[in-house]
Amino acid sequence: MTTTTLAGMEIELDDEGFIVDPERWTEAMAADLARHEGIDPLTDRHWQVVRFMRCEYEAKGSGPTVRVLGKTSGVSVKELYQLFPRGPAKIAAKIAGIPKPRGCI
Amino acid sequence: MKRIVILGGGTGGTLTANRLRRVLPADETSIVVVDQDDVHVYQPGLLFVPFGLTHPDDITRSRRRQLHRDIECRTSPVDRVDLDADTVHLADGATLPYDVLVVATGASLAPEETEGLTGPGWMEKVFTFYTPDGASALAERLTFFPGGRLVVNVVEMPIKCPVAPLEFCFLADWYFQELGIRDRVQLTYVTPLDGAFTKPVASAALGGMLEARGIELVTEFNTGSVDGEGGRLVSWDDREVPFDLAVVVPVHNGAAYVANSPGLGDELGFVPTDEHTLQSKARPNIFAIGDAAALPISKAGSVTHFEGEVLVENIQRFLAGRSLDASYDGHANCFIETGFQKAMLIDFNYETEPLPGHYPGRHGLPLLKESRLNHLGKLLFQSFYWHSLLPGHDLPGISSAMPAQGKDRPRADQKEARAS
Repeated sequence: MTTTTLAGMEIELDDEGFIVDPERWTEAMAADLARHEGIDPLTDRHWQVVRFMRCEYEAKGSGPTVRVLGKTSGVSVKELYQLFPRGPAKIAAKIAGIPKPRGCI
Repeated sequence: MKRIVILGGGTGGTLTANRLRRVLPADETSIVVVDQDDVHVYQPGLLFVPFGLTHPDDITRSRRRQLHRDIECRTSPVDRVDLDADTVHLADGATLPYDVLVVATGASLAPEETEGLTGPGWMEKVFTFYTPDGASALAERLTFFPGGRLVVNVVEMPIKCPVAPLEFCFLADWYFQELGIRDRVQLTYVTPLDGAFTKPVASAALGGMLEARGIELVTEFNTGSVDGEGGRLVSWDDREVPFDLAVVVPVHNGAAYVANSPGLGDELGFVPTDEHTLQSKARPNIFAIGDAAALPISKAGSVTHFEGEVLVENIQRFLAGRSLDASYDGHANCFIETGFQKAMLIDFNYETEPLPGHYPGRHGLPLLKESRLNHLGKLLFQSFYWHSLLPGHDLPGISSAMPAQGKDRPRADQKEARAS
């Protein structure tokens, strides 16, 4: 567990860099989190995915997998990998301040 | 007369129907089981087909003949469920009104969703052992395999029996040693996960077993396309794994009619279901069991078996207007065949990851450890499946809830060391 400053707030991150308490996330933190993942700037397409992840998490308690994102977010899997090259579900979840998707059991 | 309609005559549908028939009088409640065919496959047996250790005929029986005679069987695909009218529409035009509906239609394979997977080379260089036809075709191919790069790939989770592709790797290592050509075969396991398995203790143990057998592990590989002609898997982030022979576990969806029944399933056609009561989130009079349910636990026969007891109790309670029993704990239990007549056993639930120890108690089968006893257990299980599990008999000492005794829990300090 580490503490970092995001958008001027002290925020706790877990060992993989996910925000520990999703309630503390604000949209202002997304740019800092994205830069950390080598994504700069966050475009409208990135935001479409990030906001979608956030809604899904709030509705269902867990972020969607890549395949579900590809089917439902309005962004194809190919484009998702262009936007978030190191793994769309994981990276977009991190930027959206939600826990690592648990789709895989 | 109350009407219970069960969609699916596999593990979950059959054991639920038989258990319900025993507790609900036939003159008060009718039970109908619907399936699209009369072929019940003992799915754990498919793993052994490619290695010539069993044959599809030996793991297949009639669905009808596994059901109590006072259960009605219908053979037809399901067209859709009308949730508002409490009615199932069959593809043959018949309609089945219900008081309680059980969705037990499992998961279906969707190889066509992965670019190139069913293109050139499919069933020649690229196989799956998750179907009887695929497993048989692969058996023939392995017999004549001269050596080269054999790649085992899971395209994406969730899949049925997440340990099966690992077992395939272990058995392939054994098989090629028996043939005397292991030194000519390069074995690679390619997974979208960040380790050999999902849970830390088991992932470390299984990862170590791959390494000890000289099986290469490629992680976080999300297969975007399969090039059968060129012999390569290509990931979405443009990594490549070359192969001479690929054994692929395709993506899974729920049954097709779920997508055709507004409000019943999620994006993949699985049914959102309460983790502890097995009541669907779609309607109070709809329940789901086994692979068809969207639950945070493995899609496996043992899960279905352990869910059965709670499901049958809750259907009775629902019909009687009583509150439901929220006692299903996510119990799962899997034999993992490791080759050379040995197997491991893992036992876990929603809260407890697979740990070492013994099952079902201190003097039982060894957990997370290879042994001949576990291999015998795995072989004997098929007979138990047809004669006890499907008819719905209880086995002494085996409970629906995960036994806590017999498990060696990591001490708090070890847990912390692992997490850091």
